[in-house]
Amino acid sequence: MPINYLLPAFLVERDTNRCIKCGACARQCSNETHYKDEDLDIMCVHEERCVNCQRCVTICPTHALTIKRHEQAQPLSNNWTGGYIQDIAAQAQGGAVLLSSMGTQKNYPVYWDHMLLNASQVTNPSIDPLREPMETKVILGRKPEKLVVDEKTKTIKTPMYPSRTLGVPIMFSAMSFGSISLNAQKSMALAARELGTFFNTGEGGLHQDLREFHDNCIVQVASGRFGVDRDYLEQASIIEIKIGQGAKPGIGGHLPGEKINDEVSRTRMIPKGTDAISPAPHHDIYSIEDLRQLIYSLKEATEYTKPVSVKIAAVHNAPAIASGMARAGADIIVIDGFRGGTGAAPTRIKDNVGIPIELALASVDQRLRDEGIRNRVSLVPAGSFRCSADIVKAIALGADAVYCASAPLIAMGCHMCQSCNKGKCNWGIATQRPELTRRLRPEVASQRIVNLVTAWNHEIQEMLGGMGINAIESLRGNRLMLRGIGLNEKELEVLGIKYAGEVM
Amino acid sequence: MKRIYAFEERCLNCRLCEVACKTAHSKSGDTFKAYMLENALPGRVHVEGDNQLSVAVNCRHCSHPNCVSGCISGALSKDPVTGIVTCDTAKCVACRTCVAMCPFGAVTVIEKAHKCDLCTTGHGNGDPACVRACINGALIFVESDEEQVKAVEDNVSGRGL
Amino acid sequence: MLRREGDIHIPSGCAISAIMDRSGTRHDGTDIIKSIALMHDRGNGLGGGFAAYGIYPEYKDLYAFHIFLEDKQARLEVQSYIEEKFKLEASEKLPTRKVATIKDAPLIWRFFVAPKPDHVKDEADGDEEQYVMNCVMHINTHIRGAFVSSSGKDMGAFKGVGYPEEMGEFYRLEDYKAWLWTAHGRFPTNTPGWWGGAHPFTLLNWSIVHNGEISSYDANRRYIEQFGYDCALATDTEAITYIFDHLVRQHGLSLETAAHIMCAPGWDEIDRMPADAKAYETAIRQVYGPCLVNGPFSVILGTGDGMMALNDRLKLRALMRAEKGDIVYFASEESAIRVVCEDAENLRAVGGGVPEIVKLYSAERGN
Repeated sequence: MPINYLLPAFLVERDTNRCIKCGACARQCSNETHYKDEDLDIMCVHEERCVNCQRCVTICPTHALTIKRHEQAQPLSNNWTGGYIQDIAAQAQGGAVLLSSMGTQKNYPVYWDHMLLNASQVTNPSIDPLREPMETKVILGRKPEKLVVDEKTKTIKTPMYPSRTLGVPIMFSAMSFGSISLNAQKSMALAARELGTFFNTGEGGLHQDLREFHDNCIVQVASGRFGVDRDYLEQASIIEIKIGQGAKPGIGGHLPGEKINDEVSRTRMIPKGTDAISPAPHHDIYSIEDLRQLIYSLKEATEYTKPVSVKIAAVHNAPAIASGMARAGADIIVIDGFRGGTGAAPTRIKDNVGIPIELALASVDQRLRDEGIRNRVSLVPAGSFRCSADIVKAIALGADAVYCASAPLIAMGCHMCQSCNKGKCNWGIATQRPELTRRLRPEVASQRIVNLVTAWNHEIQEMLGGMGINAIESLRGNRLMLRGIGLNEKELEVLGIKYAGEVM
Repeated sequence: MKRIYAFEERCLNCRLCEVACKTAHSKSGDTFKAYMLENALPGRVHVEGDNQLSVAVNCRHCSHPNCVSGCISGALSKDPVTGIVTCDTAKCVACRTCVAMCPFGAVTVIEKAHKCDLCTTGHGNGDPACVRACINGALIFVESDEEQVKAVEDNVSGRGL
Repeated sequence: MLRREGDIHIPSGCAISAIMDRSGTRHDGTDIIKSIALMHDRGNGLGGGFAAYGIYPEYKDLYAFHIFLEDKQARLEVQSYIEEKFKLEASEKLPTRKVATIKDAPLIWRFFVAPKPDHVKDEADGDEEQYVMNCVMHINTHIRGAFVSSSGKDMGAFKGVGYPEEMGEFYRLEDYKAWLWTAHGRFPTNTPGWWGGAHPFTLLNWSIVHNGEISSYDANRRYIEQFGYDCALATDTEAITYIFDHLVRQHGLSLETAAHIMCAPGWDEIDRMPADAKAYETAIRQVYGPCLVNGPFSVILGTGDGMMALNDRLKLRALMRAEKGDIVYFASEESAIRVVCEDAENLRAVGGGVPEIVKLYSAERGN
């Protein structure tokens, strides 16, 4: 047998003073990392199989397990670091494009961590959300530039466009059935219904079991057109055209064949067991005027009753593209930053293509304002919101609401092992194996998501109140509430904020 | 009476119920000591099956328990008030009649007969240890009237969702 | 170096006061000075001013520009710009009186002008007010050392750095007669030395005196700047004025609706409304959300035919109203009304988010 050049990434440490050899770890690990040697009567480990999902660590009844990064000595080079060497070894072995999941592992700046929020002191009272109304409701959709009002009868003469109301400024971003389990999608659907917000089917179609959640459902029309038919569009509350995804700008979705079982095949309307690889572009959209045609085809097909959203990856020219999208008829503009997650993406693209959402959001919002069209459309950033403060900062930069996917996944049990593409998710999320999906109970997982979003909403209210604001629209684009820390002049300029210590 | 119900749709074959039972019925109440020091008896609940399909099996505390009828020494009895079937190991002579008569395989004899006592022997409070230990809601401790059980079953199978 | 308004945002506490004779009878500035002077301690001598309506009946069809000029060069540039854009009917140095405590006063000139019709047609599609506004914005942003203190018809602002009663003396307000006087005494939290930053803030016929610090400032500013406004002073008052101008003049809404937009009802209230009202309020909040003014404020807005008083929707700032005969009073404190009209009637607090509009009888009949 040839030597396997790949080194284990993780070290599984077992405290034998704690292990009772119950074998729960072995039975729960879909990667078959743990096993019991019956002859020696000890628990053993194939550590090269460990992906660090931490399922075993959390269920071990005696807390005997610890997973550590493998401390294998790295070459004495700052250039040839371990990651590149291992990647080359893997590609030399397999000859394939490297795939990985969730966000980039590279250490790019996270601008949320370089912005600080304001609070009222003396000259302006802070507001106590426990005692006063604190509004975080958001309405998404196209808006007329001005209202013509009959002031006597208090009626609006201007025709209004279809819009959708969110109880919280947070939606669940696109994750397809296929990339995640039906139970995971159902968990988000249940949570969205309870929170008065939306989940997004991704490009995987809408499973029959989820049709009852149509009031809280955003359906995606992506380049592969998986699962798209008349019924699909009619079931939707919002239709989203997916042009690009933050984790993999410039290419289409990629669902490995091992995740395509009967149910996924039926929902996507594609053959079982084959890789579902969406085309890189929409082959009917090679230009902005083509986008306009698709937007209006979808509006026409649904008789102008639903907002149409268009999602692009955050790329260098995002502001100009967003402006074109607004003019092409998009009601909601979604910008997905490059730190965003994915079920599977080519590693090199994930790590090198696109720009951070903070910068993209700031420049798109400013561009739309420069053109006087910001108020027409809703702007929704996506791509790694880790906590409520990130969301408050995004809204202050100019967002209407945000899309979160990784956070609800983590609420459900995801431990960010970044192995979704392997289809063996021990938490029952990014897998289609029934023995694994059974581990995720929608009524439990949805409650955890509801708890998370409710907690975040409370935190958002606390921060709003601290700023002396009692309605979220007064935070939207209110960049004076932000100050930069550890940023250079150019970064401050793009973000449109002042430095900490500078007054207004 | 309240009984434990097990659902194979939810059982993950982790067998943490077995660990919890063994701990609950150990002298020390400590998991590690129960396994490594006391060499305590195996759990009074045991999981049948594999990762594809499994279910935890324990005593049903039958209305007319065969084990009690068959017991030759009077060790097994059903409490007339609580309905719980227990074994008085001081009286047990390990004849294994109960093992033969139980349709659920819920009695084990190792020197003496051992079986589920719904954690009423001073080890637990509230739900039995196995129910509390279950990470996926596959064991439920509820009143055994028909409506209650049906509601739970509907919920588990997703019909009530 | 201390920076001036526009380079820096200066939160302030304030006193405001207004006296209006609904019959249109004009009164001199004695009472308004007395009223605002009573609230001396609400200011700190770093800003005071007045707006007066009905003061230039002989020029009532012309735009009256009050302009601060830092030096002669600025005056020459302003003069030549005005002559290029307007027909200049009259101009003169504004009469002032020497007051011991007032230092560093700029040159203050007034110009009575009529826009050149061909320019209005070419540069503002025939919209005269938009044209004048553009010219005012140009002077403020592009002519160094010049600032238009007011630009309406038959009205003017009289403001500067000092206590308001000192400003009244400096500007010789006893010599002017107006049917509406508003006044402002300021308590900025640092020390600007710039007269342009004092209040009232005005644009065309609008004038605003304002007490408060709005927390929605940058959301309001970034919205309004989409529509040709340049918030050069970085003050709340300026932003509020522009929102009124935008909603009323550009979008054709009534003052009352504009005020309603700025203090829109809460969602919990809207959710309890009947379907029609709910649809109306929801559309207003959806479309005009960026005009919602958040945080504490009380304002008195002077217009060409009356005034409006408005408090933030949580009522976080004091504002009282009273009447006597044809005269309506607003002031931050009851005592500031009583000091000029001991037996004022119907005294009450202005409610949170409820606009109080007072019009000249002649304007009411006109409706």
